[in-house]
Amino acid sequence: MNPLAGRKYIILGVVILTAILYISRLAYIQLGTDKYKMSADNQAFKYLTDYPPRGAIYDRNGKLLVFNQVAYDLMIVPREAKGCDTLALCKILNITKEDFLKRLIRLCGNLESAKKDYREYIFESQMLPELNARIQEKLYKLNGFYVQARTVRQYPKPIAAHLLGYIGEVDEKYIEKHPYYKQGDYVGMFGIERGYEDALRGKKGVSIKIRDANNNIQGSYKDGLYDTSSVPGQNLVCTLDAELQEYGELLMQNKIGGLVAMEPGTGEILALVTSPTYDPNMLVGRDFPKNYGKLQKDTLGRPLINRALKSFYPPGSTFKLLNALVAQQEGVLTPSTLYPCARGYPPLGGKPKCHAHASPTNLSGSIATSCNSYYSYVFKSIVENKKYKNSVEGFEAWRNYVLSFGVGKKIGTDLPFEAKGIVPTVSYYDKVFGKGGWRASTVISLGIGQAEVSVTPLQMCNIICCIANRGYYHIPHVIRKVGDKEDPKWREKQFTLVKDRQIYENVIEGMSNVVKAGTGRIAQLPGIEVCGKTGTAQNPHGEDHSVFVLFAPRENPKICIAILVENAGFGATWAAPIASLLSEKYLTGKILRTDLETKMIEGDLIHKHPSGGAKPKPAQH
Amino acid sequence: MRERSESIIRNIDWFTVGIYLVLLTLGWLTTYSAVYQAGESDIFDLSRKESKQLMFDGISILLAGSILIIDASFFTATAFFFYGGILFLNLLVLFLGNTVKGSHSWFRFGGFGLQPAELMKFATGLALAKYLSDLNRPDLKKAFVTTMSFILIPMVIIAVLQNETGCALVFLAFIIVLFREGVFPVWLLVFGIASIASAILGLKYPTMFWIFVFVMIVLGVGVFLLSRKKTWRLALILFLGIGFFSGIMHYTPIALDSISPHQQYRIKIWLGLPVTEKVEKKYGYNTNQSMNAIGSGGLWGKGFLEGTVTKNKFVPEHETDFIYCTMGEEGGFVGTSLVVMLYLILIVRIIFMAERQRSDFSRIYGYAVASIFFIHLVVNIGMTIGLLLVIGIPLPFFSYGGSSLIGFTLLLFIFLRLDAQRLMVLR
Ligand SMILES: [Zn+2]
Repeated sequence: MNPLAGRKYIILGVVILTAILYISRLAYIQLGTDKYKMSADNQAFKYLTDYPPRGAIYDRNGKLLVFNQVAYDLMIVPREAKGCDTLALCKILNITKEDFLKRLIRLCGNLESAKKDYREYIFESQMLPELNARIQEKLYKLNGFYVQARTVRQYPKPIAAHLLGYIGEVDEKYIEKHPYYKQGDYVGMFGIERGYEDALRGKKGVSIKIRDANNNIQGSYKDGLYDTSSVPGQNLVCTLDAELQEYGELLMQNKIGGLVAMEPGTGEILALVTSPTYDPNMLVGRDFPKNYGKLQKDTLGRPLINRALKSFYPPGSTFKLLNALVAQQEGVLTPSTLYPCARGYPPLGGKPKCHAHASPTNLSGSIATSCNSYYSYVFKSIVENKKYKNSVEGFEAWRNYVLSFGVGKKIGTDLPFEAKGIVPTVSYYDKVFGKGGWRASTVISLGIGQAEVSVTPLQMCNIICCIANRGYYHIPHVIRKVGDKEDPKWREKQFTLVKDRQIYENVIEGMSNVVKAGTGRIAQLPGIEVCGKTGTAQNPHGEDHSVFVLFAPRENPKICIAILVENAGFGATWAAPIASLLSEKYLTGKILRTDLETKMIEGDLIHKHPSGGAKPKPAQH
Repeated sequence: MRERSESIIRNIDWFTVGIYLVLLTLGWLTTYSAVYQAGESDIFDLSRKESKQLMFDGISILLAGSILIIDASFFTATAFFFYGGILFLNLLVLFLGNTVKGSHSWFRFGGFGLQPAELMKFATGLALAKYLSDLNRPDLKKAFVTTMSFILIPMVIIAVLQNETGCALVFLAFIIVLFREGVFPVWLLVFGIASIASAILGLKYPTMFWIFVFVMIVLGVGVFLLSRKKTWRLALILFLGIGFFSGIMHYTPIALDSISPHQQYRIKIWLGLPVTEKVEKKYGYNTNQSMNAIGSGGLWGKGFLEGTVTKNKFVPEHETDFIYCTMGEEGGFVGTSLVVMLYLILIVRIIFMAERQRSDFSRIYGYAVASIFFIHLVVNIGMTIGLLLVIGIPLPFFSYGGSSLIGFTLLLFIFLRLDAQRLMVLR
């Protein structure tokens, strides 16, 4: 009909295609990307965080170890800081204008992006009330700044720094892994603060406010439907005895090493001292970075290392006790078994060496004299036991026994960063000596706790707990209660593979003799039967480490102590007196041997150290 | 007589009336939400925009009803009268009207305003229909010149004298009508579209200029070699064509640098050309906020009255030109695509109706109606979703304002009345 009538299809086509184009575009911006949603939310919502107080920590007797003090963070929203009286601020904070700009650049990357950065940053952290008051006066001139009340940790007594740990501001990397945390939040970084972070921190609350284009708050978003209130952090009851801990730190001052005191019946850690230590109040608030740097720079004492938990040493003679237990359980040793000593282990030409003493000795005597030869025989008898096909199997059996005492593995304490220690494996020796290339005599120093075997002071103390308990331990821990809940895990008995009670009594008899009449006489306490063992941990880098372990009383033991003093020579000189004073303090509540106490407190072993000779072995996992 | 009016009621396209009412309702709800402030609302308070809009809706419905009872021949008889009269109002407003934000397009009566430019649309549609349907043996060149004058005269008055560029641009939609009626030369249309495309390409990819020239020459030579008659005229046309469009590509960026920075930046941001962040913030603000609002709506939207961007003053002109943002934020993709679909149905329906008219007058006017709705839809929604430059024209039935609403109602219902008498030949 009309030649133009076909044009309606062109027009219809254009209309329909346009509609399709627009709907696709809408689908993209409304469904295909959340870019616009994020941008809209960012500008419309202001999230006000309600920070809960962090939980406090008490010692076993209800003494406060950590509490909160109010502090104030000066927050900045860089985008809104236009027209801020920076001069006034710099004056109050005692910084220069350059410092101010430098901080801004550190927070936002550069000044250009600072101008549009609407995120909140901590500009000055943990100001005390006095500084806050001065800021408040000028706050009306400080556009883009506001003050947020927070808390800082305070420590009434300057003790247990490593155990309690510290908190610090989270960094980008941490936030990425743990989305609960936001820029400017604090998190436990070390010690109990880290191990019990979830309980201590509580739960942040948030209220969402709507703001308009002029950044004025218009009210709560949906009348507070999505607002949450904060939940305060839980208080912790620690197993530490604050007095014992303080006394331990006092005795260990100017010495390098670690000590652990535990209650064997519960696995509760009564004191965990590492030396040198520092005042936990140093790593708090504004001075944290400065003081942390200072502690880090002390390469001689390395005060940031928790030696009681993280450094491991050859256990020395303490390990002989373990071998005595294993050998009896395997039926290759009785209390009356006699072995000779010729100032050393005769079959290998007097190696390992021993000191002069009556020979031969029985089991009890071997403990009292700490005879190296005796325990070389003992170890050989375990590994080359006829009931096993070969010495590899015998070694494997020995290793299993040892591991059951919590050695050579993480015990599973509630403190982060515990070290495993080392109990060498068959494959390790196969690698070193070749398959079949080694026998008991090749690795004979394991019998006396030297060479490749290494334990932490905590593990050493745990071995003593096993002996004191006659066959089991509780996992060592420092927290008894979270809020009012106890972890049932701590109640479980961890049985060792050495089952027979009499076996333990035989060894305990020897330990008792050590204190009654042997090398550990200094550990005697009036009216209390103390069982102990001196030791010397070989140190290829310098003078040997002084080791002592004890538990007391012999029946119904109340305390187990393991102590290692680096480069202090024979165990009886430094380690035994310190351990003994601690047990006296704990069991009797007072110290009668004040001369000995003074001598120990005043003893200064750090400054006679060969420089760099005190390096603990690096931690392994 | 009575029989006739009954048949007219029966012949009214109630489907379109239905869509009109749906759009009116959705539009009012959206306006209500756009101006809503928590805690203060009283639809009987006539100083409030939602109440005023409700009143305008009422007036429009009454007006629609009255138009439906006027005989179609009235509109053919008075087409030029309307055109001349409203054109006169548009001149009068320059002297008697108020100046608002640099625009001289408003009469003020108390709390209400009237923008005669909004009424010019239906009048121009009527005039075009009248003129073209009266042509006996069309002289296309003369018809082209005359009809373009009908379109350009109000455009110039509105754009230049009233300073309402957006409103004036709408009149370009009548080119669709002229195209349908064969008055607008196809080559000119193609040429125009190609020029705009070249200008945009030249701006967007200035460094690609030589590659484009090269490709065009290769294509030109190809066309020449492949065509059956290799005459010098074809060669000349190709040569001039390539030269012309390359010229546009080359010179548009240079020309852009010479216009006012305000326009320059708007165009640069629209094309995604690099500008400093400050400029982007300032000149891209409207589009950014508009897209934030729509984009944050998601599938179902944030719910009625729950918008955060369209409220709280982030989106400028959020109840008038940017009303679609409120729909986008609170109604989500469901809401926005529903609006597009409703308009699509309306426009397609009008085109379908236009094509069933026995009178040329009614058909031509029908296309005018469809074209006006189409361009409003394209420009208004296009700018809110970042596809087009920000040009301030209302979204029919949604944007707050009485003049535009009355203008669109007149536009649509005159056509519905014409359609009701579609079997008659109107003179
Ligand atoms: Zn010996």
